Amino acid sequence: MIPKLFFGYFSVVMIVLSLLIISRKNPIHSILWMLVMFFHIAGLYLFLNAEFLAAVQLILYAGAILVLFLFVIMMLNLKKEVFAERYAGEWPVAVFIGGTMLVLILLALTSLTQGPLGSFTIGVVQADTHARAIGRALYTQYLLPFEVASLILLVAVVGALVLAKKHLKSYK
Amino acid sequence: MNILDTVTSWEYFHFVVQFVIMLIKMAVVISVTMVHVLYATYFERKVIGHMQVRLGPMRVGFHGILQPIADSLKLFFKEDIIPAEADKTVFKLAPVVFTFAALSSIVVIPFYDGFVLADINVGLLFVLAMSSLGAYGVVMAGWASNSKYSFLGGLRSSAQVISYEVCMGMSLIGVILMAGSMNLSEIVKAQHQHWYGMFLFPQILGYFVFLVAAFAETNRTPFDLPEAESELVAGYFVEYSGLRFSLYYASEYIGMLVMSSIAVLCFCGGWTLPPFITNAVPALLMVPGIVWFLMKVYFHIFLFYWIRATVPRYRYDQLMSLGWKVLLPLALVNIVLTSIVKYLMG
Repeated sequence: MIPKLFFGYFSVVMIVLSLLIISRKNPIHSILWMLVMFFHIAGLYLFLNAEFLAAVQLILYAGAILVLFLFVIMMLNLKKEVFAERYAGEWPVAVFIGGTMLVLILLALTSLTQGPLGSFTIGVVQADTHARAIGRALYTQYLLPFEVASLILLVAVVGALVLAKKHLKSYK
Repeated sequence: MNILDTVTSWEYFHFVVQFVIMLIKMAVVISVTMVHVLYATYFERKVIGHMQVRLGPMRVGFHGILQPIADSLKLFFKEDIIPAEADKTVFKLAPVVFTFAALSSIVVIPFYDGFVLADINVGLLFVLAMSSLGAYGVVMAGWASNSKYSFLGGLRSSAQVISYEVCMGMSLIGVILMAGSMNLSEIVKAQHQHWYGMFLFPQILGYFVFLVAAFAETNRTPFDLPEAESELVAGYFVEYSGLRFSLYYASEYIGMLVMSSIAVLCFCGGWTLPPFITNAVPALLMVPGIVWFLMKVYFHIFLFYWIRATVPRYRYDQLMSLGWKVLLPLALVNIVLTSIVKYLMG
């Protein structure tokens, strides 16, 4: 009973928050609503016994990525954005694409089946603590994908540096 | 089973009792923290006063002992001013977010063996997450005040907190590696397994990086650029007055308390004494653990004041290059060294 109430609360509030995020005129307000939503996502992770994921969700998404969004948007001159007309012109295209997606998702929902139970059941994860379980899986079973992902991220970091430094050459 | 059975069942009663005990514990911890904040300001003014060959507050009560109460009464009754053109909701919300972030870190801190409000497995990560939430309180205040000084203070602070959070997280990884856990109580117990009893000795690099990052995270001198009074008046909270201002002020002291506690728990053995001391003087085992914990915490808080009275403020580009070019590489070296030693030791 109580778990179902919890899940119901999180899912309903997250849908409402998503609507709030895309419907605010002021981008700063959108970001603040997004912060609330990230907290709800973290709550949902906690509810699934994924405490490490919940903490990382807050540290990375709320603590780093969203702050950078906020940083960039605060630098922009928002006055024009706030008073500009929205949803101009393109709405028939948007409705068409959205409707198609909805139909596709509804069609896909009918053929939904539960996946097979993996080796990481809640009991195993709780006995081993979530952080240890996820670390062990990442560094043994999924070592190669993990390293590939970190290489891709490294390339992105170097790429960003190269792009940003291009204009700085005149200083040297 | 119908609702009435659930309500009257023994398990439900047990749950309610647990819940009420939890609430009482929370109320006690929060009120003690707030009293601590009151007297931390007094402590700071006295310490800095004496370091600058002054007496500090002397007028209210014996040696100014009632000064913090007079100050807080004054703040409570001040007029609350919201600037015109400010984003009112965000302006009102910002100090609440900041205080919430500071106070909620308290729940994972074990004050002595077994006394912790939430004994969660990722306690250390929780503290980091909450300190990153604190950045929002600052940025929101800076943006919502619609003032250039606040805005610049907010921007500086967000950049500073993001940079130093990375260093802080990295400096704690050495401790996590040695303890094999992110639960703060487990970390303290792991330190007690060694004869030296404190990770301070093997993790001296990590401790140094952590302390510097903690100063930057709590916006204290020498890294108090977000509120540099000579250039930004008071930085991000310049437009705040009365109770809202006092929330910011109090949260800064709570932040110092949290950072000092984390330093004590992760590097100084928490509520325990190193075994080589207790073996030499067994009588020290009679002293309750919270005494040692508080002594260590207040030493670190004293360190915050000491450095404030000693060191001038950094320039902003120096702050950034210190964080990214000195502290972060040091922390990474620390992680590699710790891993190698741990691997060789088996």
